[in-house]
Amino acid sequence: MEKSKKEVLVLEDILGSNKKIASSIRKKLDEKGILAVNLLSSPGSGKTSLLEKIGMRLNQRYRIGVIEGDVETERDAERIRKLGLPAWQITTHGACHLEARMLARIFDQIPADLDFLFIENVGNLVCPASFDLGETLRFVLLSVPEGDDKPKKYPEAFITSQVFVLTKGDLLPYLPFDVERVVREALEINPKLKVFKTSAVSGEGIEELCSFLESELKQRRAKNA
Amino acid sequence: MHEMSIVAELFTIIEEQARQAGAKKVTKVLVLIGELSGVVPELFRSAFHSYKKGTIADRAKLEMKIIKIKFKCHNCGKEITAKNLMDKSFSYVCPFCGSKEMELTSGRELYLEKLEIETEG
Repeated sequence: MEKSKKEVLVLEDILGSNKKIASSIRKKLDEKGILAVNLLSSPGSGKTSLLEKIGMRLNQRYRIGVIEGDVETERDAERIRKLGLPAWQITTHGACHLEARMLARIFDQIPADLDFLFIENVGNLVCPASFDLGETLRFVLLSVPEGDDKPKKYPEAFITSQVFVLTKGDLLPYLPFDVERVVREALEINPKLKVFKTSAVSGEGIEELCSFLESELKQRRAKNA
Repeated sequence: MHEMSIVAELFTIIEEQARQAGAKKVTKVLVLIGELSGVVPELFRSAFHSYKKGTIADRAKLEMKIIKIKFKCHNCGKEITAKNLMDKSFSYVCPFCGSKEMELTSGRELYLEKLEIETEG
């Protein structure tokens, strides 16, 4: 038989299958009235410490659950469980980010009566930004020791987030870090970002962040009702 | 390095499309990559060529079209193309009318655009 060449026009989103799974997770979360937050940052910028503080505070009035994403170990989930909060660990065994299907696999274990579900992504300021997990809100964290020049160097994480949390604010007196600059540059690439300056050590900003989450939960439940 | 995961997704689509089109071989793969997609073209290329071995596209060429970052001003209707994030033209303030009603209209794409295939007969 003779070979013939032809062109096939496809125009398909390469991450379409991840987006489809993420949409179905988002729909289920909305139906259950759960507000899910996907936390992105480089390793060591204080995602788990922030979650410990927020979790303890919100736990007085709400039901909280935490999904921990790491390359290996159950350490972060254990830290959260020590506080009496339910935590599920996803270990990616090498992958640098969480994908929607990893979440879908454990989704049945998540109690339907949660108010807040926090998803701590794998520590990495680049790759997790490309994968929608079906979250309600995306937080990008940046700690003071990382430097005030990061938003423009790691733009996708800042562009795809709704909230920018500056962490380790208690270290500001000891390090050359320009808060005004980091906020200005983050807003230049994403003018809709809400900014919170926090410290898990001093407790600065934790109350504000929790109030914001509570008001988001109320608004979204009213909207979806 | 999440390019390998993205290339794995790409190959799922390639295999499915090739099967539907009755392809014997895929000879060329054309993708669209936005400058703000978070994908590094060089890494995408090496991931593609290592992943393709043993697939229907094992001799395929890869062509990447880079999609520029563009804004549209909702006030004056002008379109602005930015070279990159550090470029002065990457801004949510319109350089023509000063409005902040700017929308990012392109640059985040990640698409399989076309395949070139060989069929028999």
